[in-house]
Amino acid sequence: MSMHNQRQEYGKTLVELGHENKNIVALEADLGLSTMSSLFGKEFPERYFEMGIAEQDMTSFAAGLALGGKIPFVNSFAVFASGRAYDQIRQSICTANLPVKIVGSSSGLSDFGDGATHQAIDDMAIMSVLPNMTVLTPCDGIETRKAVRWAAASEGPVYIRLSRNDLPDVFPEEGVYDPSKPVLLREGTDIVLFSVGIMVHEALKAAELLQKDGISARVVHIPAAKPMDAEAVRSMAQGVKGIVGCEECSIYGGINMQLSYIFRGSGIPMEAVAVMDRFGQSAHSHAELLEAYGLTAPHIVEAAKKTLAE
Amino acid sequence: MAISAAAVRELERNANRIRRDVVEMIGVGMAGHLGGSCSLADIISALYFHTMHHDPKNPKLPERDRLILSKGHAAIVQYAALAECGYFDKALLKTLKNFGSPLQGHPDLRKLTGLEANTGSLGQGVSIAAGMAAALKLDQNPARVFVATGDGELAEGQLWEAFMAAANFKLDNLRVIVDKNGLQATGKTKDRFPIENIGGRLEAFGFAVQEIDGHNISEIVEAFEKADTVKGKPSAIIAHTIKGKGIPFAENVASFHNGTLTQELYDEALEVLAKREEALL
Repeated sequence: MSMHNQRQEYGKTLVELGHENKNIVALEADLGLSTMSSLFGKEFPERYFEMGIAEQDMTSFAAGLALGGKIPFVNSFAVFASGRAYDQIRQSICTANLPVKIVGSSSGLSDFGDGATHQAIDDMAIMSVLPNMTVLTPCDGIETRKAVRWAAASEGPVYIRLSRNDLPDVFPEEGVYDPSKPVLLREGTDIVLFSVGIMVHEALKAAELLQKDGISARVVHIPAAKPMDAEAVRSMAQGVKGIVGCEECSIYGGINMQLSYIFRGSGIPMEAVAVMDRFGQSAHSHAELLEAYGLTAPHIVEAAKKTLAE
Repeated sequence: MAISAAAVRELERNANRIRRDVVEMIGVGMAGHLGGSCSLADIISALYFHTMHHDPKNPKLPERDRLILSKGHAAIVQYAALAECGYFDKALLKTLKNFGSPLQGHPDLRKLTGLEANTGSLGQGVSIAAGMAAALKLDQNPARVFVATGDGELAEGQLWEAFMAAANFKLDNLRVIVDKNGLQATGKTKDRFPIENIGGRLEAFGFAVQEIDGHNISEIVEAFEKADTVKGKPSAIIAHTIKGKGIPFAENVASFHNGTLTQELYDEALEVLAKREEALL
């Protein structure tokens, strides 16, 4: 299985888009060597705005660029791109439904060394709560490329949630990207594991583990945490006896709360694998944090078995 | 290029009509941002009826000059000017803040033709204007972007981020107007949160700065003309104004920041403005 890095794939795709459409512009707040927006800056210096370490101005400035007919990509770590500039995203961009694309890099706990200040566990909630906003949650490098292209072509604001570290490919190169529909990654009959972003990989591993215990798990990836097509999501749970939602963000405002709304009254037992109302902290690897925060395949297995026991 | 006395008079008359529209929009018994709208009225009149290149019949004209009120609470003064210019039927002004009206309490460009940005959360308008100015430069579009802030609003840190960015990107198509009326919602700006030497600060941030009487039409018009001669840096025009200007009982009274008019005050305001209109004929 080959590996790709979402940041690298994003940066390369942005350069491709820059060649295809002269209205693509990018803004950066001094993290370009990490977010990989620097690739775009090297290719198109006149369309690359180094805004200084000033996320709020960067975000409203992007609104102005959009009002001037540009398609701006705003770059920073997820925690700053969403949280530091929340009001600017809300007021300058979302109320006017402007086509500004906010790329939250190093999301979740993936910036493992930097600790709580740099780890976005709340970005899913605060981006999802905004009317007009689409929240894309790609799970690998190939899907990232497609998500970035989709975002560039879409008419409203988009938040793209990217992870810092290399990830194995899940999706093939070919195939149409439609973020409105959940994607069936593995067939199964007993339970369904809904997952977003990097948790797709843990869900797939969990399905393997569950199979060894004689439990057949369906794995479904949700390409966009928002908007979620409730009917399509419900159809993915047909016949199962348990539902687990897997996400690398706070339980408050992520996909689990949406799933519990979508499946209200269904009677199907549900469990959540998410960050349980805690900030992150430093560690020497992302894996170490996923383990400590209960976000690995064995935790999903445990949650799945709990639904079957209910 | 000096402006003729007749043209000044015409702009004064339009400013007076804008003030009358503002009072009528606020009406009796409803809170409205009278003070900060009236302090801007002369500048708004000069922009819409003289300085700005725009076409009410073609509101999306690519080469139009843009105006953004970073102090979005003064939206009614822009609504009045747009109506007086013919962007929409003046009858619409009476629907201000009605449920379903395009005239929202703060500007919403998705609802009303002629608006250029959504503002209201203070401190964001200059960033938006600067981004717009940068987009125009990329397209080699000669249009200018005007943006008005309050002086109380200058406490918002984002404005200073935006000032730095505007200078760094050499946005000489950007005109920042500081409506220095000296009052904010709860009192005098110098008592609440003093920001001294605004001109010196803006110069230090890389702006070409002018200070004018914001109620003197000739000075306003000339300042905008002078700003056109500045190359390689953004311009700031610090307009010394009077909050509530033109409505004697509201002049320099903080409570009319978002005040309510009784029937008596409403009648008094319209009477004063009617007399002024007559004097300007």
